[in-house]
Amino acid sequence: MATLLEVSGVSVTFDGFKAINNLSLSIGEPEMRAIIGPNGAGKTTMMDIITGKTKPDEGRVLWGEMSRNLLGMSESRIAQEGIGRKFQRPTVFEAQSVRENLQLALKNRRGAFAVWLRPKGPTDDERIDALAEEIGLTDELERPSGELSHGQKQWLEIGMLLAQEPRLLLVDEPAAGMTPAERQHTTDLLKRAAQTRAVIVVEHDMEFVRRLECKVTVLHEGRVLAEGSIDHVTSNQEVIDVYLGR
Amino acid sequence: MQRSFFFRNPSILVFIGLLAVFTLAVTLMSAGAGSGAISTSFVKTLGRTLCLCLVAIAMDVVWGYCGILSLGHFAFFGIGGYAIGMWLMYARTEEIVVSSLAGATLPPTPQEVSDAIGSQIFGVVGSSDFPAIWAFAHSLPLQLLAVVLVPGLLALVFGWLAFRSRVTGVYLSILTQAMTLALSLYLFQNDSGLRGNNGLSGLQNMPGEDLGQDVISIRFFWASALALGLGYVLFGWVVSGKMGSVIRAIRDDEARVRFLGYHVESYKLFVFTITAVVAGIAGALYYPQAGIINPAEIAPIASIYLAVWVAIGGRGRLYGAVIGAALVSLASTWFTGGGAPPIDLGFYRVIWTDWWLVLLGLVFVLVTLFFPKGIGGLVDLLGINRPVKQGRTGDYGPDVGAWRKREGEEE
Ligand SMILES: Nc1ncnc2c1ncn2[C@@H]1O[C@H](COP(=O)(O)OP(=O)(O)OP(=O)(O)O)[C@@H](O)[C@H]1O
Ligand SMILES: [Mg+2]
Repeated sequence: MATLLEVSGVSVTFDGFKAINNLSLSIGEPEMRAIIGPNGAGKTTMMDIITGKTKPDEGRVLWGEMSRNLLGMSESRIAQEGIGRKFQRPTVFEAQSVRENLQLALKNRRGAFAVWLRPKGPTDDERIDALAEEIGLTDELERPSGELSHGQKQWLEIGMLLAQEPRLLLVDEPAAGMTPAERQHTTDLLKRAAQTRAVIVVEHDMEFVRRLECKVTVLHEGRVLAEGSIDHVTSNQEVIDVYLGR
Repeated sequence: MQRSFFFRNPSILVFIGLLAVFTLAVTLMSAGAGSGAISTSFVKTLGRTLCLCLVAIAMDVVWGYCGILSLGHFAFFGIGGYAIGMWLMYARTEEIVVSSLAGATLPPTPQEVSDAIGSQIFGVVGSSDFPAIWAFAHSLPLQLLAVVLVPGLLALVFGWLAFRSRVTGVYLSILTQAMTLALSLYLFQNDSGLRGNNGLSGLQNMPGEDLGQDVISIRFFWASALALGLGYVLFGWVVSGKMGSVIRAIRDDEARVRFLGYHVESYKLFVFTITAVVAGIAGALYYPQAGIINPAEIAPIASIYLAVWVAIGGRGRLYGAVIGAALVSLASTWFTGGGAPPIDLGFYRVIWTDWWLVLLGLVFVLVTLFFPKGIGGLVDLLGINRPVKQGRTGDYGPDVGAWRKREGEEE
């Protein structure tokens, strides 16, 4: 398991408030990692930093075999490098159909002229059908995604994430608003993805995290509080104090 | 591919069909090629209207589809007009000068001809030397190139600077207004080399051929119709398919598009530039039919009108922009040209030349408030297009985590 992403010594301050405080974290390929932590622990902010949305005050984010620093890159460049992201609240393009959303996300050339003059690859339709099958939206492909239920939007966004075929998937609260059956399906899907890719899942739901059967990192006040198996971290007194015992 | 493109976008075929029928009807009634039922000046008005429709669909692509409220596209339109106007004025003046010097005993030297053209053109601004900007005015191909290149390059440089710094929304609109204002102020100066506030005139005359205005007007009408048709197909192509999907996605949530790996700034630059080029072409066809261009045409307010047309016609659909531009500009001609009869209220006489702008403003406000889809939105009532529900269902985050969990267990 080679290291794919290494976050080291990262700090970020919002108006004097240290949202991320000397955070270090590394993830291999393939690997599944769950990140838990109370509200405001900095989980989403960490994803913002990795994807280039937020520039940290200090620290490094190194990526890939060449250990290149992601911090100087634009959001679109980072995404092209192979980092895909699912947002905490579903952000799909509501005015566009499910098919169009998936087509947008599908791994293809991203340049304006390539998209304009060669909008479709030969296998695009098959890939979209396969994805739609996987996320259970086959019958909704032509519907505007704004009409979907909350859970379906979550699915669509997961589908868009898979469509990008990223090397690292950052998944922020994937199971929010899902039924138990849907949660189970999400778990399976993420576990399957983690066989070949690096997957970082942020979740509040302990049951969900337990079912992922992976290493868990606990964040608190912008730094790593504990790391290890789910049983290891849940028996840690500090973790119990700040999070579980709430 | 071609067949399926029109198949997937039937509104393009419908539009081209209607445009063809309209062109044929006007041709048959024109003085230059038909019965003469409509006057030459009205043919010119219709031809100009087609050019305004063309710049309006460009505006719709940049604003309605891509979400960039550019209040500077009429500047590109004006630049196109100036570029072609320089050649028209030069070539026409050259003809007059050459024929008047032909009577002299000694044949005039090229220098004498050039000086005579210079003093003819620049006499009004107290000069007779050709400014550097006129270096290519003698050449139609080069000035035609300028029609495309100058707006294109200006848009490219301006857009690159603005989009790269992630200027968006109202700040970008203000920036485009500033660009427009700077350009018109520059042109107002006598030493701009473009005859200051006199502008360029006599553009309705075609050098070379001895044609009557009736023939010239119908030819320009045809050219305008062709340009509008081609522009409609081009933009129809840009806003359909995956490109259109990316562009609309940028309008709705540009940050999200970035995380999918698209370089949003390049797409905006592409749209901004290609629409500026089309605006330049529209201007180059418009001003010969108007006969005169001056810096007032490029005033910031003109670009705002353009946005008003598109808003009234209906943003985000090309035919909406056409409807808005055609209706509002023709109504404007009618009201301000004294066509509309004054209304006598007893205590006050509503003279439309004074009140037209108030009426237009009122219509704009009413449309924006009560009918945001514009006139083009009426087409939805035919039930062809499936309406798309707008707006998101509210946030659903960890703040309501417990609630979410409860919801999950209710199953
Ligand atoms: N752009 C910002 N400006 C100011 N403060 C911010 C910004 N983004 C995040 N914060 C603050 O940083 C802290 C960490 O926020 P973050 O969203 O990363 O938490 P989280 O771990 O994702 O929490 P949750 O479980 O609620 O999603 C919070 O206190 C938040 O208010
Ligand atoms: Mg969060």
